[in-house]
Amino acid sequence: MENLTFTQEVKPPDTKKGPVKWLKDNLFNTWYNTILTCLALVFLFFVFRGVLTWVFTQANWQVIPANLQIFSIGPYPLEQIWRVSYVIYGLAVLLGLSAGIWNGLTRQITVVIGCLGAIILLLPFATSIREQTLIATVILAVSFAIGRNKDNWKQWVVVGWVLSFPWTMMMLHGFGADTVSTTLWGGLLLTLILAAVGIVACFPLGVLLALGRRSQLPAIKWVSTVYIETVRGVPLIAILFMGNVLLPIFMAGDFQLDKVIRAMIALTLFSAAYMAENVRGGLQAIPQGQVEAAQAVGLTYPKATLFIVLPQALRAVIPAIVGQFISLFKDTSLVAIIGLLDLLGIGRSVLGNSEWTGLQAEVFLFIALIYFIFTYAMSHVSQKIEADLGVGKH
Amino acid sequence: MTENENITNDPIIICEDVHKWFDDFHVLKGITTTFKKGERAVICGPSGSGKSTFIRTINRLEEHQRGTIIVDGIELSNDLRNINLIRQEVGMVFQQFNLFPHLTNIKNITLGPIQVRKMSKKAAEEAALALLERMDIADQAYKYPAEISGGQQQRVAIARALAMEPKIMLFDEPTSALDPEMISEVLDVMRELAHSGMTMLVVTHEMGFAREVADRIMFFDEGVVIEEAAPADFFDNPQHERTKLFISQTLQH
Ligand SMILES: Nc1ncnc2c1ncn2[C@@H]1O[C@H](COP(=O)(O)OP(=O)(O)OP(=O)(O)O)[C@@H](O)[C@H]1O
Ligand SMILES: [Mg+2]
Repeated sequence: MENLTFTQEVKPPDTKKGPVKWLKDNLFNTWYNTILTCLALVFLFFVFRGVLTWVFTQANWQVIPANLQIFSIGPYPLEQIWRVSYVIYGLAVLLGLSAGIWNGLTRQITVVIGCLGAIILLLPFATSIREQTLIATVILAVSFAIGRNKDNWKQWVVVGWVLSFPWTMMMLHGFGADTVSTTLWGGLLLTLILAAVGIVACFPLGVLLALGRRSQLPAIKWVSTVYIETVRGVPLIAILFMGNVLLPIFMAGDFQLDKVIRAMIALTLFSAAYMAENVRGGLQAIPQGQVEAAQAVGLTYPKATLFIVLPQALRAVIPAIVGQFISLFKDTSLVAIIGLLDLLGIGRSVLGNSEWTGLQAEVFLFIALIYFIFTYAMSHVSQKIEADLGVGKH
Repeated sequence: MTENENITNDPIIICEDVHKWFDDFHVLKGITTTFKKGERAVICGPSGSGKSTFIRTINRLEEHQRGTIIVDGIELSNDLRNINLIRQEVGMVFQQFNLFPHLTNIKNITLGPIQVRKMSKKAAEEAALALLERMDIADQAYKYPAEISGGQQQRVAIARALAMEPKIMLFDEPTSALDPEMISEVLDVMRELAHSGMTMLVVTHEMGFAREVADRIMFFDEGVVIEEAAPADFFDNPQHERTKLFISQTLQH
């Protein structure tokens, strides 16, 4: 007789389903679901037929390629466009180095951006744009190769990123006689700058306000609370108007902040209040025992906050924070109201040109698509970050 | 009970008439006692009697409102520098472990030495690995707290406290949150620590451990120490009715 083993390997039941099985289980499992599915398909067919016919036969897309440069940089003077290129090259160096040093997410993002560069190369853009894209993509690849496994460069790259903000601003503006006034900044360039400055500046401010609101010191607590509640009680448009109209009145003498800077300040101050409330939500989720354990090993309040409380609080509210960043990105379109030519503002000025009147649908759809691409990328990256940090696991 | 050959005559914690209120609620009603270097004291008593509150006043997780507490020659006052000095000398282990969930076990342990004691990262990691070895969980160093068992987590927490090289260790019911089969692994570690000469204040209901390790058992009731004695006297010859009741109840389990 053969030997029988009592512990047999048991395979987990096969729970994977093919697409047909999935359709059957989810869309056609009962007679009324089948009817609903068919009705929905008919509905979608009519909607999409309309949209697709319009997109492919009726729409006049000529307006987009003809104004691509305007959409990208607005009225920024062409002979100064090398400034924009240099900014992009600088960022490509930083991004490439970062991707080389930190693997994982940074590398994925960089690869995606590199692919975008390659796509632009293949599309029929103007030669100068393709040339600059080629240079930027090559710089990206080279810095990536250089940065590989250079662990000890980390802090320098971080310093580089921090400095990239003032550097970008100064580079775009220029020094001495040869300057480009911020009134000439526009298009996607302006939108991205406003959003980036707003995001980077509102984050630390929001964290400080959130900590302030929970402070033991009554003065700090009171100031933070009043600030947060006041700003949250006022619409962003009102704050933009106030920045635009009131700030120049308050600022005595000849010194005047320019319009773009005022918009940046308004956006930052506005977002910081919401950021503070998001962060406070995270702070409240941290059990008291965490602080006590940190104190018990002798960490001071600032160190306990920095190493124990904030990392846990922030990762708990990553979705809310990224949601806030996405709103901020879209809210930059409100600066069109105070006369700045951001992506949306520039779209309206293009439509004001008699050559392109009546093409609202094409222009706004294009602009919406650009906003969507950026916000979707932000949302996707946030999910990746959560997965990388193991949120919810430890 | 084995004789404690490490106990000295030098006082290391001196409590004089310590009072504590939570709002109007009088939790500690005049605790006066002295702990000697190398002494192992077990604190027991019914729930709500102020045991946790008392040991938490010793590293200032709770502030006392009257009386004096002197730890290793430093008086606890509102002076933040003194508080931080004392916290470096006093390790604490909590009932709920309170490990930092976003840090690996080894980073939980090295954070204090690196940030507070200004140790180099390399030295701190070596010391941490040695401690984990001593706790018998060296293989768990690079996992996160959520990935190991409760008994292992509590041993990481003990290692975290020991990494600061404290002179005194406070334990607040270190085994109460553990499944029964994990209690002994934590008690073994604490027993080993006791024999190494550490000054220990342990709040626990583990009477076997108390009888074996303690030099003195303090019985708390409603914010006062109503009886304190060596384990032999405490268990075999309790003086107060409340103590007798408590002992008969805990020994039933
Ligand atoms: N932060 C606080 N605020 C108000 N009251 C508190 C606070 N902490 C503890 N108390 C009260 O003080 C009393 C003593 O609490 P303590 O935690 O010291 O008791 P304990 O002896 O450790 O009890 P247990 O065995 O349940 O842990 C309890 O009545 C408790 O409700
Ligand atoms: Mg307690």
